[in-house]
Amino acid sequence: MINNEIKNSEGISNPPLGARGLDYLDQLESESIHIMREVAGQFERPALLFSGGKDSIVLVHLALKAFRPGKFPFPLVHIDTGHNFQEALDYRDNLAAEIGEKLIVRNVGDTIKAKNLTEPKGKFASRNALQTYTLLDTIEEFKFDACIGGARRDEEKARAKERIFSVRDEFGQWNPKLQRPELWSIYNGKIDKGENVRVFPISNWTELDIWNYIRRENIALPSIYFAHNREVIEYQGQFVAMSKFVELEPTDKISVKKVRYRTVGDMTCTAAVESDATGIDDIINEIIATKTSERGETRIDDKVSEAAMEDRKKNGYF
Amino acid sequence: MDAQIYEVKQFLNNKTYLPLGDRGKKIMDILRFITAGSVDDGKSTLIGRLLYDSKSIMIDHLEAIEKQTKNREDGEIDLALLTDGLRAEREQGITIDVAYKYFSTPKRKFIIADAPGHIQYTRNMVTGASNSELIIILIDARHGVIEQTRRHSIIASLLNIPHVVVAVNKMDLVEYSEDVYNNILIDYDVMAKQLGIKHITYIPISALNGDNIVDPSQHLPWYKGDTLLNFLENVSIENDINLTNSRFPVQYVIRPQTEELHDYRGYAGKVISGIYKVGDAITVLPSGVKSKISLIELGGKPVEEAFAPQSVILHLEDDVDVSRGDVLVRDEDLPQVEQQLEVLICWMDSKPLVAGNKYLFQINSTRVRSILKSIDYKLDVNTLEKDYSPQNVGLNDIVRATIKTAQPIAFDSYQSLRVNGGAILIDETSNVTVGACMIQ
Repeated sequence: MINNEIKNSEGISNPPLGARGLDYLDQLESESIHIMREVAGQFERPALLFSGGKDSIVLVHLALKAFRPGKFPFPLVHIDTGHNFQEALDYRDNLAAEIGEKLIVRNVGDTIKAKNLTEPKGKFASRNALQTYTLLDTIEEFKFDACIGGARRDEEKARAKERIFSVRDEFGQWNPKLQRPELWSIYNGKIDKGENVRVFPISNWTELDIWNYIRRENIALPSIYFAHNREVIEYQGQFVAMSKFVELEPTDKISVKKVRYRTVGDMTCTAAVESDATGIDDIINEIIATKTSERGETRIDDKVSEAAMEDRKKNGYF
Repeated sequence: MDAQIYEVKQFLNNKTYLPLGDRGKKIMDILRFITAGSVDDGKSTLIGRLLYDSKSIMIDHLEAIEKQTKNREDGEIDLALLTDGLRAEREQGITIDVAYKYFSTPKRKFIIADAPGHIQYTRNMVTGASNSELIIILIDARHGVIEQTRRHSIIASLLNIPHVVVAVNKMDLVEYSEDVYNNILIDYDVMAKQLGIKHITYIPISALNGDNIVDPSQHLPWYKGDTLLNFLENVSIENDINLTNSRFPVQYVIRPQTEELHDYRGYAGKVISGIYKVGDAITVLPSGVKSKISLIELGGKPVEEAFAPQSVILHLEDDVDVSRGDVLVRDEDLPQVEQQLEVLICWMDSKPLVAGNKYLFQINSTRVRSILKSIDYKLDVNTLEKDYSPQNVGLNDIVRATIKTAQPIAFDSYQSLRVNGGAILIDETSNVTVGACMIQ
């Protein structure tokens, strides 16, 4: 996945541009690397939350730039709902092996069994909200004091207000009214035992920035991001992948569509987009032309209420 | 005629805007700006309008706010709703915290810090202003320069924001009157001179109707300057990055300790200002140890030089003691290294600031213990008056104080080099960031 140039190459290269000016992607990249190194410098037991989605893949790429030729000062941690796309899981395993970094996987299914949690019901039963339990247990198990995540502020209105270093209490809860002021590029990661900090190095990137960076850096992605034929069910104007996790009803129409995924979450709560985009340029053109936001087009779980994300975050969600 | 007013008139007759044309821009860069004003000034409407008219709003977001505005009598979409993120804000119609909004045009990516304008939230405005290169100060054309305008301008000046745009809003409510606009300019200019604010650009707008936001307004034929977006796209910000005074705070030491790399020792950090070249003689501060740069790595590749704001790895010729919190500087240009610092503090905690208290002092990656030796005076953010014996210092107060740190600090004055002159105070017991310091 990673551009070979990151690994030791020989020869001297000049500044990226003739003049000493950085373009927006260089600036964003530098800011994110700075944030990751602050995590390395300030915390004893950080982790990088890896989902197999494009944003966390970009995080890994940035971590390589921040820490190579050294090892990452944190493991990759995946909270697996059990409802993930196989393509994303394969990508995850290959990536961890390729870069030689430690991968920790914890399963929501195990938490449900161990804690006797109630499986969500319904047509597209989503374990998305239950991830919080597994995440908090994993933080506890490894005593993580900082978790790096790939959330962006352009995704959602509650995220637009969250700090880059977001302190959570021992229940993982976010309190939007008691956030630490975050000034200049100075990050305060000081916490008490039991608390942890969620760190969002790509807070200032937009969806389009991510795609342009993936193109520029030539970063490989799981195949489901590109147009492919898939069996889908049409549901309220969205296409949901046919899978064993969907409760079929007699009225459901299953059809084969050419689709791609704009975000990669659970199979049950992520909708596909009809598309012919097989290359990254095509995808970027489609995103520039689209009139619908990333979450609006692809996430079924955010439609429930205006404050869905805010509520999940207050309960300890990513 | 009063000499000062005459000068302003002259200024108006010439140009109230920067000339368009070749500003030598070739790459798409980032402009971070803050909007200051209250809901009543139409601040949220302005941001909503910028996003809306630059086509940065997605249909589903628009539908969501349409749903919320259905009950309104006029049936107009309330653009302010686009920026209020939390439930309490929507319910109470207020903004309680800094929100960040993004949009871009082919020329620039914009990051807006949307900070509330009412007095109790000075701390949020200071926070939003700390990372901004430009501030838009909103003035309601019906009310002109008021106490709040003065407060926002004082904060802009204290935080040393390089560019100031005064947007005279609600021009539609004063019949797009040139006289009303010119009088506001005269008033503001007098105040700006007192505060030492430079590089001011004035633009008459109506955020509600979209006048002069993206497209020139036909209601304002007497105004010949840029529209707001046009100005934001073209204002020159290259010189806001200091490439003269080289500062490199070490964040993290990379030591792979593998067989093939057992001697590798790289200092990871961001060049916050200046330029570093291979072969440069450098000093490690605060220790004063000297060495030379032997290698610079950018994204894993060796480069001849690194400049602000790149994140890189520096290597030194000698095996000297360098760790997180040290600052590498070039020999010919040293910052100050002191333990006693004169600072302006914006206090951000509900517990009062008390002389004699101990706090953690953090500047970039350096964090040391410190004691607040004395409070010299409290600054009134509305009048700039100094109170030399303040009764108490509470949330949102700004004071001049003397701090003693446990170790020497390598710093520059905030007014001369923003990136190495700002620091925060952390309460050792609550871990909360309680103060923003601008070193004098």
